Amino acid sequence: MSANYASTHKTPLLQVKNLQTGFKIDGDYFNAVEGVSFNVQRKQIVGVVGESGCGKSVMSLSIMQLLPEGIGKIRGGEIEFEGEAISKLSDKKMNKIRGKDISMIFQEPMTSLNPVFTIGYQIQEVILNHEKISKKEARNQSISLLKSVGIPRADKIVDEYPHQLSGGMRQRVMIAMAIACQPKLLIADEPTTALDVTVQAQILELLKSIQEANDMSIILITHDLGVVAEICDEVLVMYAGKIVERATVEELFNNPKHPYTDLLMKAIPKMDEDVEKLATIDGLVPSITKMPQVGCRFSNRCPRAMPECMTITPQLGEVAAGHETACLLYDASWPTEEKRQREREGASAV
Amino acid sequence: MLKYSLRRLLGMIPMLILISIVVFSLAKIMPGDSLSGEIDPNNTNPEYIAEMREKLGYNDPLPVQYFNWITGFMQGDFGKSTKYKTPVADVIIEKLPNTLFLGIMALVITYILAFLMGMYSGRKPYTIGDNAIAGINYVMLAIPSFVAAVFAIYFFAFQLNWFPFGGSVDIIVEEGTPEYWLSRLHHVLLPAIVLGAMSTASYTQFLRNDIIENSRKDYVRTARAKGTPIAKIYNVHILRNSIIPLVTFLGFDFAALIGGAIITETIFTYPGIGQLFLDSVSSRDYPTLMALTMLLSFLTLAGNLLADLLYGIVDPRIRMD
Repeated sequence: MSANYASTHKTPLLQVKNLQTGFKIDGDYFNAVEGVSFNVQRKQIVGVVGESGCGKSVMSLSIMQLLPEGIGKIRGGEIEFEGEAISKLSDKKMNKIRGKDISMIFQEPMTSLNPVFTIGYQIQEVILNHEKISKKEARNQSISLLKSVGIPRADKIVDEYPHQLSGGMRQRVMIAMAIACQPKLLIADEPTTALDVTVQAQILELLKSIQEANDMSIILITHDLGVVAEICDEVLVMYAGKIVERATVEELFNNPKHPYTDLLMKAIPKMDEDVEKLATIDGLVPSITKMPQVGCRFSNRCPRAMPECMTITPQLGEVAAGHETACLLYDASWPTEEKRQREREGASAV
Repeated sequence: MLKYSLRRLLGMIPMLILISIVVFSLAKIMPGDSLSGEIDPNNTNPEYIAEMREKLGYNDPLPVQYFNWITGFMQGDFGKSTKYKTPVADVIIEKLPNTLFLGIMALVITYILAFLMGMYSGRKPYTIGDNAIAGINYVMLAIPSFVAAVFAIYFFAFQLNWFPFGGSVDIIVEEGTPEYWLSRLHHVLLPAIVLGAMSTASYTQFLRNDIIENSRKDYVRTARAKGTPIAKIYNVHILRNSIIPLVTFLGFDFAALIGGAIITETIFTYPGIGQLFLDSVSSRDYPTLMALTMLLSFLTLAGNLLADLLYGIVDPRIRMD
């Protein structure tokens, strides 16, 4: 018993190992997520940042197995939740996990709720999916959940329809649904992107307080570094389906290693600087069908690119304690074979 | 809701007045009049006819004639059928149960078939099953109902002897007995199947397309993220959204239910409103024709109102307060 206890508490809550998720385009699969590995510890908030189209959402949908049917598919790697492999579970078994152990909130609160059912019905559904209680109890639970996410007049709102609520309120309803069964992991896919700035802050505060109260872990997907700085413990920076940097929030903001992260930081507008034009990163993420198969995927936009960047694929390597990056500017990112060869030639990196 | 319904009902009045003027004018323009049917064939004295015309008001100015007709109509006096020599109301009421029975049976058949096929097609689009269903539906839609009815009578009534070829009930059974009702059901089944199965296309394809469209909506992903089984998502979450556009058809169906199927009823010699309508045209039974046209116009308007009210029930976003 005690050994069991120890083992479940040593293993990370979620382990993603070399995940590859592909999309079918004209009969061929193209990977939108290419060999992503990371862990989420208990009670940890992990931020995932990157531009649109870098694979953040696809990665989170892969964890939930909610990829569009017949189009998206997990093509390799493992996802383990509390030590149990879940990436190959049947839909029926996955339904026991979705909403109960892992739940998710989405970017678009305006369309994420079913317009023809009451708020109460939609919250009760998740409770009744996973717990054997009466409808009346479920209704009472829904009301207290609505109260706990800061919705006024909860006993009235429970009988109202989504269109009667504002975007911020709807996102609160989504959060109430997501935490109804006290999940161990919450995946929040850009939960504040569609909301007003003032409402954004409230929603983040709410998420943080729920996370502390329920001892929950959160994967927070966003392209807003400000959000990351506010509540995350650890950050993954993704680019073109790969993780290019991983560090604690403090480390990342004080000491960004990857040129991409560095440029992202520079793109944040600063209050004390008066500039005509905000810094941007030139170019676009390569399209999924034209992804370079060797070399660094950022090389065509990188201001510090070297000739090797086109031919050698960098690997995630530790550049400081708890700080990993995948960039050939750092020795740790060189693949073993190429590193040896380079040492023989007597060249040295930065 | 009540206020809205009342307002809509009041709004129907000018529309009905306009329709009544059109109906009255058309009846006036058509050759012959009711008198030719009423007159005693042994008494063709032109003086007598002229006297009768004067007495019946045929020489009054048109607006006066219209006014007389509409006043009677409003009070429930639809006139006397020149063919049946009984009040039009009695003739219609006699035929109405048959038509209602046929209409409801046909509608039930349409709904059952269309929902089964539409839900299957919507859930498994672009499969062989979906294509087969679409093929069947469009073939049925393309076959004119009189062709289908004739073939159905030939095969199922004459060759296989499964159903009677016409009428609404056997003459020998006593009214009110269980045999009587069974006989009626037996008689209504073939025309109902022909009528019902032929008109599934619009419902099926509308439902299919709406289910496909809804299955891509964000709320479906939310329901999946809650651990809701996929069958429940289709049968509850998506279906509940997909029936909203179908309500439009329901409004039309309401009028068709009572208006009857003119062609089908005639081919099956099924004594209903549809047959009566066609009869009244060919036998110049103007009072019946006018009353039926008014009735159908009213039902179409009422059907639209019903559909609009139903929208409010199925779609909370347009609910009237």
